[in-house]
Amino acid sequence: MDQKEKLRLYHEMVLIRRLEERSADLYREGKIGGFLHLYIGQEAVGCGVISARRPQDRVITAYRDHGIAISCGMQPEAVMAELLGKDTGCSRGMGGSMHMADVDLNFWGGHAIVGAHLPLATGMAWADKHRGSDAATICFFGEGATNIGYFHEALNLSMVWKLPVLWVCENNEYAMGTAVERASAVDEIRRKADGYGMPNASVDGMQILEVHRAAKQALDHVRKHGPFLLEAITYRFMGHSMGDPERYRESDEIRKWRENDPIGIFRKHLQGIKGVGEKTLEREETRAEEQVEAAIRFAEESPDPTLDNLMSLIYAGEES
Amino acid sequence: MAIKTMREAISEALWEEMERDERVVILGEEVGLWGGTYAVTKGFYDHFGPERVRDTPIAEGVIVGAANGAAMAGLRPVAELMTINFAFLAMDQIVNHSAKLHAMFGGQMTLPVVIRAVGGGGRQLGSTHSQTPDVVFAHFPGLKVVSPGTPHDAKGLLKSAVRSIDPVMFIENATLYQMRGEVPEDEYLEPIGVSKVQRAGSDVTLISYAKMLQISLQAGERLAAEGIEAEVVDLRTLRPLDMEPALASFKRTNRAVIVEEGWCAYGVGAEVAARLYEEAFDYADAPIRRVAQREVPLPYNRDLEQQMLPGVEDVVEMVREVL
Ligand SMILES: Cc1ncc(C[n+]2csc(CCOP(=O)(O)OP(=O)(O)O)c2C)c(N)n1
Repeated sequence: MDQKEKLRLYHEMVLIRRLEERSADLYREGKIGGFLHLYIGQEAVGCGVISARRPQDRVITAYRDHGIAISCGMQPEAVMAELLGKDTGCSRGMGGSMHMADVDLNFWGGHAIVGAHLPLATGMAWADKHRGSDAATICFFGEGATNIGYFHEALNLSMVWKLPVLWVCENNEYAMGTAVERASAVDEIRRKADGYGMPNASVDGMQILEVHRAAKQALDHVRKHGPFLLEAITYRFMGHSMGDPERYRESDEIRKWRENDPIGIFRKHLQGIKGVGEKTLEREETRAEEQVEAAIRFAEESPDPTLDNLMSLIYAGEES
Repeated sequence: MAIKTMREAISEALWEEMERDERVVILGEEVGLWGGTYAVTKGFYDHFGPERVRDTPIAEGVIVGAANGAAMAGLRPVAELMTINFAFLAMDQIVNHSAKLHAMFGGQMTLPVVIRAVGGGGRQLGSTHSQTPDVVFAHFPGLKVVSPGTPHDAKGLLKSAVRSIDPVMFIENATLYQMRGEVPEDEYLEPIGVSKVQRAGSDVTLISYAKMLQISLQAGERLAAEGIEAEVVDLRTLRPLDMEPALASFKRTNRAVIVEEGWCAYGVGAEVAARLYEEAFDYADAPIRRVAQREVPLPYNRDLEQQMLPGVEDVVEMVREVL
């Protein structure tokens, strides 16, 4: 990866981090409603994997979706406006935090029914293969989602039909308050793919360059041979969603993981590169901050969706 | 009488039934260590232990399925679905198993299972997390469907549900958990399948349940200020449906409005109106009307979502139309 791309990714991670921090503020101010799940701590996974995709590759994920949206190229304005429920949001204020999408960017959504988007990924990959396209589908999900029937049905069919899906499990140790080993018979999630004869690997999800490398290899495999499961070991620094009392884990544990901050790790790496000075990094950080503030201003000034907007969305209507 | 919240009332019912009958076990996502997503089972894990208060994986099919199986084998499981929207992932177990096995095997097996699920809109959760699909469950013979509108009824009905040897879908509403009401100190049960008049009146009959009971009672107050006395009938149980109080009231007021939080089409209002017409057609002085959710997937935007949900104003206006 060249230096320019590395700096682009650093900026992307910082942008996501800043956007999430400010979203938390806006949630506390009552400007964002519903459930808000932050991606803080997991940035290297989404940024690392998506940096290995080509534009024709599809991406789909669960409700922890703001970071994935940004990595797919969504503008912070469209994310923020959706969070504030505005008509200028990516889903026109209809979906909110958990339901971001931009199909023009090949980002097929945040989905809030745990596990339900895995069969959708299978289906999209089927359609691509059926039509002879060389696109792959990248499907992100938490380790908690691997205990639901959907996971097993979707992986099995993708393997039987040899579909181009990269299954990315973001193992952040907890599904809400349930630690992996309390809900899953195997805690090394990637082993579940063995049951379907599906090749798999695991990667340190705090190291963006390793994630990128692993995803690139996995995607090569997917295009040539069919599905692959990549397990990224990561951690969410914040609660499951806003208002999580976090009685299920020790603050010591959180502190230890925070020492492994994916942004801190990458920053150190960049500092060691000749030609990337402290100034360059600070410039990227300031730029990200300004982008988020501009996005908030944009969102606040945007109009709400109207009843007519909503009514026109219930059915797609005639095919044109 | 003590004043308690709906949450406390539901929690007490479960606690008392677990103390009373050691066959009663709880299973569901985050019911134990977390203390319940909506804190209904707070303290249960420490008191009753992890064997009787079981945290499960995110796997609704096996939550209800295992509850069914355990019920068949002699336990009294109370399965908690984190929200009723996730009941759709367990639909086959609920519809094809909970509701069927007793009759289909000629009465050989019983399924004394309670499926607790919380629903309702108005919290900006987007369309998949905001539904009130109560009627979907009420469609199936073999299942009992209960949905209380006061802390008093919640406690008494849930205790009856735990003791029922038939499967009961017990539907709660997230926006009612903080609601306060009188709850007796001594033990009591409320019968499943019995409707109740919650406000007396002679001008119009409002028929509703759960959250919409509260909306109807508030509408009743507003109307009373204008000199209109509404009688409010609380269905409390959607299946088996007890029409007696609603029919008796309608025969006196000759006017009825049915209020439900879910969508209007094929809803509770449709069922209740049909039964009123079938049994008391001659008593109607005005068409029976329905107040319900607008026919849209609920939007995230706060104001727009609120506009889509039935409120006090909608009820008051509809009453004016039938008078
Ligand atoms: C079918 C279903 N059941 C339950 C829930 C409630 N729920 C939302 S997120 C979540 C935990 C998911 O954990 P995991 O898959 O590990 O993802 P993470 O939140 O850690 O990113 C639960 C139980 C849901 N949305 N859908």
